[in-house]
Amino acid sequence: MNLKYWFSLFICSFVFHAARAQDASTLMKGIRSSLEKINDYEADAKFKTEISFLKVPDAVVKIYYKQPDKIKIRNQNGISLVPKETVSISMYSLVNSHYTVLDGGTDLIQGIPVRIIKLLPADENADLVLATLYIDYKRMIVLKAKTTTRENGTNEVELFYGKFLPIGLPDRIVFSFSTQEFKLPKGVTFDYDDGSAKNNLTEPRKNQRGKIEITYLDYTINKGLSDSLFK
Amino acid sequence: MWQLLQIELLKIFRKPRTYISFGAIAAMVIIIQIALKFDGQSYIEFITGSLRDTLDVPVANILNGYFVCFVILNLLLIHIPLLIALVAGDSIAGEANMGTLRLIASKPISRTGLMLAKFMATVIYTALLLIWLAFISLLLSILIFGTNDILIARNDALEIIRSNDVLWRYLAAFCFATLALTTVAALAFLLSVFADNSIGPIVSTISIVIVFTILSEMQIPLYDRTIKPFLFTSHMLAWKGFFYSKVDTTGSSIPGTIENIRAIGKSSLILVLYIIGFVSAAVYSFNKKDILS
Repeated sequence: MNLKYWFSLFICSFVFHAARAQDASTLMKGIRSSLEKINDYEADAKFKTEISFLKVPDAVVKIYYKQPDKIKIRNQNGISLVPKETVSISMYSLVNSHYTVLDGGTDLIQGIPVRIIKLLPADENADLVLATLYIDYKRMIVLKAKTTTRENGTNEVELFYGKFLPIGLPDRIVFSFSTQEFKLPKGVTFDYDDGSAKNNLTEPRKNQRGKIEITYLDYTINKGLSDSLFK
Repeated sequence: MWQLLQIELLKIFRKPRTYISFGAIAAMVIIIQIALKFDGQSYIEFITGSLRDTLDVPVANILNGYFVCFVILNLLLIHIPLLIALVAGDSIAGEANMGTLRLIASKPISRTGLMLAKFMATVIYTALLLIWLAFISLLLSILIFGTNDILIARNDALEIIRSNDVLWRYLAAFCFATLALTTVAALAFLLSVFADNSIGPIVSTISIVIVFTILSEMQIPLYDRTIKPFLFTSHMLAWKGFFYSKVDTTGSSIPGTIENIRAIGKSSLILVLYIIGFVSAAVYSFNKKDILS
């Protein structure tokens, strides 16, 4: 009786787990097919940088994207410092590589119920260690993605949808990433010490997180962008 | 007074040593520009340091005329006081050395008027030197490197200022630098009263500026609270304050703003007080002086 009970439980949990895994794979297929509709895009966007040691005014930038993973952010009229890893990992390349798909349950993101999908790379030497996607399964869009890489720790990207939802693209993206301490010798910078309190305090600036917010103003999709734009 | 000033200006600009400063500045600026043209990438990589591990740093865009000019000013505004001392230290002591001081003092002009004319001539020389520096460090750099946003490297932060928000900051910075270097000129002018040979005041001024600069840059709490706020060299760096912007609540810098305008105003006031103090002491000492040479 006892053995039967445990055996039944094992079968049930196996079937349930297999069904959920199957469900996660189906979900990933749906996401993949919706992302495949965008071969490339060119967008105007507002670019906001929030990094403690970086004082940068907001900028208007051009963003170019081309499948599978080409992204270029250009500030036509000036300088913008763009995080390396966060933008190099595109959703499309994430969902189109060889990964083991795991179901991570459910959660609420931006007040919307989501399914959590974890992606483990098949290649154990890959830089990406783990990716977690938070998928709005009703609208088949990714609301949040967390990626952990060997080199740069954990990066997060949260996507907010609005008027561009019909084409499956976000209105706003917020990247969050690890930043390192920034310090230059005073003998190099010869800073002007204005006597304010912050100059007398040496705050520890290690293990901080930076944030970059991109608000899309318009998209031009599938016009066939040249590869030279990404050099 | 105007006639006296003209005579003093003529004396300054008839001496070949006056042009050494203009030549030296041109040589130093061009050397830095050539170095940055060919190896500017290494310099930018040095100042951006570990930031490049996380962020994509557009080195080619950062290396522009505005940035190069800032680097030049950062390097040279510590050395230019030496060139100012060369002329200001010679203004009285040089005349004493040549034996013409007694001759001038015997003319029917007030000693105070003579001193003020000499000092005004030194200030004009200082301003011309800075205009020359602005011309070759800013205009020549813009011609060679073009323009773009400027990256300002601070001890614990990096700041980007949009290109259309830069020129007025340079104008303000050069005006402030004139005030700062006039302080050095006033010091050399004061020391010049006490010497019969221009070497003494020139070397003394240079020594004082070097010692004060070292004290200003040392990160020792005892000096931070006691000595540094009163050294004119600490306030001479306030020109940089024009390149520090205010930030909004999210940390983005606000174009067209200055982080601490009150501190710059305070530094200006302290430098003005130093100038008044040095020049007054020089005039007082000269009026009391027995001119024997």
